[in-house]
Amino acid sequence: MDMKVKKKLGLKERYGLMTRGLGWDTTYQPMDKVFPYDKFEGIKIHDWEKWEDPFRLTMDAYWKYQAEKERKLYAIIDAFAQNNGHLGVTDARYINTLKLFLTGISPLEYMAHRGFAHVGRQMRGVGPRVACQMQAIDEIRHAQTQIHSMSNYNKYYNGLHAPRHMLDRVWYLSVPKSFFDDAITAGPFEWMIAIGFSFEYVLTNLLFVPFVSGAAYNGDMGAMTFGFSAQSDEARHMTLGLECIKFLLEQDPDNLPIVQRWIDKWTWRGTRVLTLVGMMMDYMLPKRVMSWKEAWEIYFEQNGTALFNDLARYGIKVPECVNQTFEDKEHISHQAWATFYQYGAAADFHTWMPKPDEMDWLSEKYPNTFDKYYRPRFEYWAEQHKAGNRFYNNTLPMLCQVCQIPMLFTEPGDPTQICYRETDYKEEKYHFCSDHCKHIFEHEPEKYVQAWLPVHQIYQGNCFPEGTDPTAPGFEPLPAVLEYYHINHGRDNLEYEGSEDQRNFEAWRQQATKN
Amino acid sequence: MPVAAIKPYTGEVKDRQENFHGAQLLYVGWDQHLMFCAPFCFPFPPTMRFGDVVEKALPPAFGYHPEFAKIDWSKAQWLKSGKPWTPDFNKSLAENGLKHKDVLRFKTPGLTGIKGSST
Repeated sequence: MDMKVKKKLGLKERYGLMTRGLGWDTTYQPMDKVFPYDKFEGIKIHDWEKWEDPFRLTMDAYWKYQAEKERKLYAIIDAFAQNNGHLGVTDARYINTLKLFLTGISPLEYMAHRGFAHVGRQMRGVGPRVACQMQAIDEIRHAQTQIHSMSNYNKYYNGLHAPRHMLDRVWYLSVPKSFFDDAITAGPFEWMIAIGFSFEYVLTNLLFVPFVSGAAYNGDMGAMTFGFSAQSDEARHMTLGLECIKFLLEQDPDNLPIVQRWIDKWTWRGTRVLTLVGMMMDYMLPKRVMSWKEAWEIYFEQNGTALFNDLARYGIKVPECVNQTFEDKEHISHQAWATFYQYGAAADFHTWMPKPDEMDWLSEKYPNTFDKYYRPRFEYWAEQHKAGNRFYNNTLPMLCQVCQIPMLFTEPGDPTQICYRETDYKEEKYHFCSDHCKHIFEHEPEKYVQAWLPVHQIYQGNCFPEGTDPTAPGFEPLPAVLEYYHINHGRDNLEYEGSEDQRNFEAWRQQATKN
Repeated sequence: MPVAAIKPYTGEVKDRQENFHGAQLLYVGWDQHLMFCAPFCFPFPPTMRFGDVVEKALPPAFGYHPEFAKIDWSKAQWLKSGKPWTPDFNKSLAENGLKHKDVLRFKTPGLTGIKGSST
């Protein structure tokens, strides 16, 4: 008797069964009730079947690939930890970039996980639903691998102990936090444009390449490896973002103005958040990879232009805010570092002034701006520090209502003048760092009136440990706020020179290399 | 529409004046002096004398700058929401017409910052 052997499924069949084949139209309840969020933004979808999944990845294959990557990654992380790899980094200033990453970025990976899980549930098309589900799992893996690979540093250095706690409280972390909160509280399509397209496609290279190459240049094998382990996922995420935008634009001409507004908004919000990366590249890496300006020119101006050229056939225009970035790229990293330097008492990492040779590097990379606007300021602070009068600004700054960054950016065309913008809404004043943040507010004021601005929250008395009485005689707000942040005053914060991190690193390295 | 939402929606104004325990917010920036990275945010009672803001609150905030002590306040030029404005030092914030979250800037002609760099 002949055996009837079932033919193995082909890739295409398998993909069909494992994605599209898993969806169905509901009958007990109307589809609009089951998927209540995919219409209110005004996006019109006529045929979800037109969604093309460029990767055609199915869940079973996904698990296999990811498991393989995990095995490699954890082998390297273990080796790094066992060999005291942390003593091989350039100098202990480098570790502060990890603190910035762990508090400012890793919790956002987790937020991205939540966002994609949510959006995956809300799309009635099964193609994007499966793709979002995979991205949701990628994102939680990124959060986990970052925390695991950096946890080794937490055994030896200060400031790495409470990233999740800090994200919801510490003043500068409201910048990345509010960025993702803004996206996740929007509808599913805006989320896809905000995170899937603008962040993953347009801006992600400016985040990952600097941190990962920064890790490689500065001898941090652990951080470098999680970067590479995430890289193949990022390629898939970028493609998802791009596919999403093309799908929306092909579905209905009415989608174009909505999508354009989201691109304008999220390109700007993204560039503001990336100010933190700019500062990291130019000031925090002991061995620099390239300047922020160079990175911006390569990854945004060149690659971004190619992308927008590609989208021009759908009627998409380059966001107007891009014009301002041509000027900003010469300034924002210096302005941001000046801010962290002076508010160095309230951060979970150390700050310092660049050494003379590092200032020369900055002059060379920023011939139009560094010597003229920033060197005098930094040399003055360095001199004052030497004279025992290190600058700490103890008065709280004014913040932008939308990006939540202190109002540190200068007027377009005049780098000597802070840029002020304001608007009145329902008899209340709101202030902004730029025309673009102001426009974002004016489009959805009811959203941004709710901003949790750290400075205002401190003055409202909401940022002290429970049971604190701010009216008690001799009450000092700064220590109470730091306690609320879980920042250990004198260990996690303040100047790098003389810090416990600096002393320990030097002593341990001596032990490791000498008798 | 003031917000994209699935149903009519009004946001909670987080920073309305009554949340500040009797104070109102006043923002103050010193033009062309970027040693202070951003304007300052202060909570002051509306009854506070404007002169006290300048004489008592600004020195701890701006005093680190070597030019601060050289300011001739009778010559300082004030801007409120970017427009020229003249304070009465002996009147209160409220009497000066300053409301919650107003923003003031002052210019100090002749003082150009560290090495003339607007720092």
